[in-house]
Amino acid sequence: MTYLKATTFLIAAALAAPALAQQDGGRLDIVVQPEPPGLMLGLVQNGPTQMVSGDIYESLLRYTTDLEPQPSLAKSWTISDDGLVYTFKLQDGVTWHDGEPFTAADVVFSADVFLRETHARLRSSLAYVQSIEAPDDTTVVFTLKEPFGPFINAFEVGTMPIVPKHIYEGTDYATNEMNATPIGTGPFKFDKWEKGSYIHLVKNEDYYVEGLPHLDEIFYRVIPDAAARAVAFETGEVDVLPGGSVENWDVPRLTEMEGVCSTGKGWEFFAPHAWMWLNNREGPTSNKLFRQAVMYALDREFVKEVVWNGFGTVATGPISSKTNFYSDDVTIYDHNPDKAKELLAEMGYDGEPVRVLPLPYGETWQRWAEAVRQNLSEVGINVELDSTDVAGWNEKTSQWDYDMAFTYLYQYGDPALGVSRNYVASQIKKGSPWNNVEGYDNPALDEKWNAAATMVTPAERETAYAEIQKEIVDDVPVAWLLELEFPTIYRCNVKDLVTTAIGVNDGPRGAWIEQ
Amino acid sequence: MQIAIAIFSRLVKAALTLLAIAVLNFFLVHAAPGDPAVVLAGEAGAADEAMIEQLRERFGLDQPFHVQLGKYVWGIVQFDLGYSFRQGAPVSQLIAERLPATLLLTMTAFGISLACGIALGVAAAARVGKASDTMLTTLALLFYATPLYWLALMAVLVFSVWLGWLPGFGYETVGANYTGLTRLLDILKHLILPALTLGLFFMSVYMRMTRASMLEVSQLDFVKTARAKGLSGPAIRRRHILRNAILPVVTLAGLQAGQLVGGAVLTETVFAWPGIGRLMFESLAARDYNTILGVFIVSAAMVILFNIITDLVYRIVDPRIGATA
Repeated sequence: MTYLKATTFLIAAALAAPALAQQDGGRLDIVVQPEPPGLMLGLVQNGPTQMVSGDIYESLLRYTTDLEPQPSLAKSWTISDDGLVYTFKLQDGVTWHDGEPFTAADVVFSADVFLRETHARLRSSLAYVQSIEAPDDTTVVFTLKEPFGPFINAFEVGTMPIVPKHIYEGTDYATNEMNATPIGTGPFKFDKWEKGSYIHLVKNEDYYVEGLPHLDEIFYRVIPDAAARAVAFETGEVDVLPGGSVENWDVPRLTEMEGVCSTGKGWEFFAPHAWMWLNNREGPTSNKLFRQAVMYALDREFVKEVVWNGFGTVATGPISSKTNFYSDDVTIYDHNPDKAKELLAEMGYDGEPVRVLPLPYGETWQRWAEAVRQNLSEVGINVELDSTDVAGWNEKTSQWDYDMAFTYLYQYGDPALGVSRNYVASQIKKGSPWNNVEGYDNPALDEKWNAAATMVTPAERETAYAEIQKEIVDDVPVAWLLELEFPTIYRCNVKDLVTTAIGVNDGPRGAWIEQ
Repeated sequence: MQIAIAIFSRLVKAALTLLAIAVLNFFLVHAAPGDPAVVLAGEAGAADEAMIEQLRERFGLDQPFHVQLGKYVWGIVQFDLGYSFRQGAPVSQLIAERLPATLLLTMTAFGISLACGIALGVAAAARVGKASDTMLTTLALLFYATPLYWLALMAVLVFSVWLGWLPGFGYETVGANYTGLTRLLDILKHLILPALTLGLFFMSVYMRMTRASMLEVSQLDFVKTARAKGLSGPAIRRRHILRNAILPVVTLAGLQAGQLVGGAVLTETVFAWPGIGRLMFESLAARDYNTILGVFIVSAAMVILFNIITDLVYRIVDPRIGATA
């Protein structure tokens, strides 16, 4: 540790010089769907909460659409050559929305105390951490037990939101009264939440980045019906439809309207990856030949074009092409019903029906399940659709009560954060719909997944993950379907809204409206 | 005095009924697959056993079923609807926030449907067999048969997308900060489409019922007597026929009034009306047990209350009916 030589990473003082002069002022109306259960980002991590509270809270870093870290609450940072010590220099003059000064002690409290207790996803990264210390008010040092490459991706606002120590220390976090009026350091302050109607945020006049934010206020509008959300955009009532807020077949109609723009960017950090869990424990799906037959039977290109209106990319394996360390050097499963039938004949499939559990997230997913049923019927697989609601789906998948079940998961920029959890045997545990639900057990690969997570250089990791992908794709532990794309639809006079890997979640910080 | 005793005994029975409903609902809600901890963990995008256990413990779901039930019923007896762990607020507060919007919508719809339904029914009965009667009954049948959500979507399409006359959804103009009369007018403008959509169905029910009942009563002997006395047509209709024909309409209105709290889920969803029906639906999806049960109890109390009121109204409309009947 004495020979520590620091490597300095990108230190951009602010955003790159803009081509146009930004204009200040104005209000943005953004649809939020469904209504978040709460806004305290350290306690609630569902999608809508991340979108609204990403303006209120901040973390140490932000990420470009290429997943390059950028300054946020940290103005600069260094990682030691052995990959064990992460040192962050914090911004000067940052205050909480209630006027209290923000210091390194808040960061230590958030990461080491608060989130360790409340944030399951961060907890798995914190397992690699030896200590978190604040040598002075503007410096935070994370020391790891062993190198953990993906750790640099853990400083995203939904992953490690920095919460105020002076409000939460020593209280019962879940019932703290201040949860109703969240206090952060972000560019917008919480003003009002009319339950069932809207959440109102106002500009943080004391924001520490000179000239930001440009917008005066944001209204997050709660509109429960998908058709009504489309109408709200058409009539000019809202300016932004974040990804997934209207049904896919409405997207072409809305984007063809005059003065309407759309982008598929802003999801790189999440890289939503859709597949079907195939129950590896019992029934026909426990046979590898059957699982390969399923892959050949599916016409994924058709689903992408018809069900998803051309949005998305057919997945080649467990890692999304948007996530670091993706490799396309794998067996490609094209739509080949004859091959599927051969494989079924080879295994001696006796027509035992399989239960397919669709994802209860609206029409698109229902149609997708029907397309899958048709594809599988074509090659002679008997399918029963087993529809349920969200709570029922959670229960059935987490109790392994299914044969094939639709799902999609976020990857969080790195295979060690969002991919390996679905394939290593140590993650076979009932009660969670996010781990190795299919029950895939391959000890040789487990070792490789674990080794790849703790290699020091990116080049080593690249090679290791390429090897893993090549191998696992032949096993078909799950049926990979699509890398989903959720276009953000907005009026073209809204500028610079989607500039980071989490898009609308922290986009309003630099967004502005052209008058 | 007799009526006071009658009301008191009804209230006692009502309280017991409510308690029974609470227990029954408790069983029902817990019988659905999934629980709030799993849903919350599911939404977080990652979960470990520690998290689920922690949540279950906080929600009290780690305790035996009969203990949970006992605690809940004990709370109800003390008028405590419990706490929504999902939303981090007492259930009574969540319901109180949403109740005014729902009551405004449903009562307006109720008023419109009752007033227009009876008026049109009387009018149709007076012109029985004529073209205007046929037109009215056809329209009524149409509204009766059309699904509510379709009607709602068409109303939005025509009046707010094409014509731009009325706002298509919401409770008021967001961020306008209107006060006083301007705010009232703004809310009224937002109220028109959902209230009409919701009201049309019951309006046609009332109209058809009033018409049928009027026609039936007008065949009775006392109407002939009144006519023989030389009374005018409108006077007979108002004082003799309508007074006797209205009873079935009152019964039906009592039933509809009972649904004032929970009966507008679809309308509230399509028109983004921040009411209690949506709260119930969303809580159901999230298995937020205490909130669902709270809404159920308030709805049940409403049904019971309006049953009592209906019985009282019977007495006024037809003095032959005793309060204890």
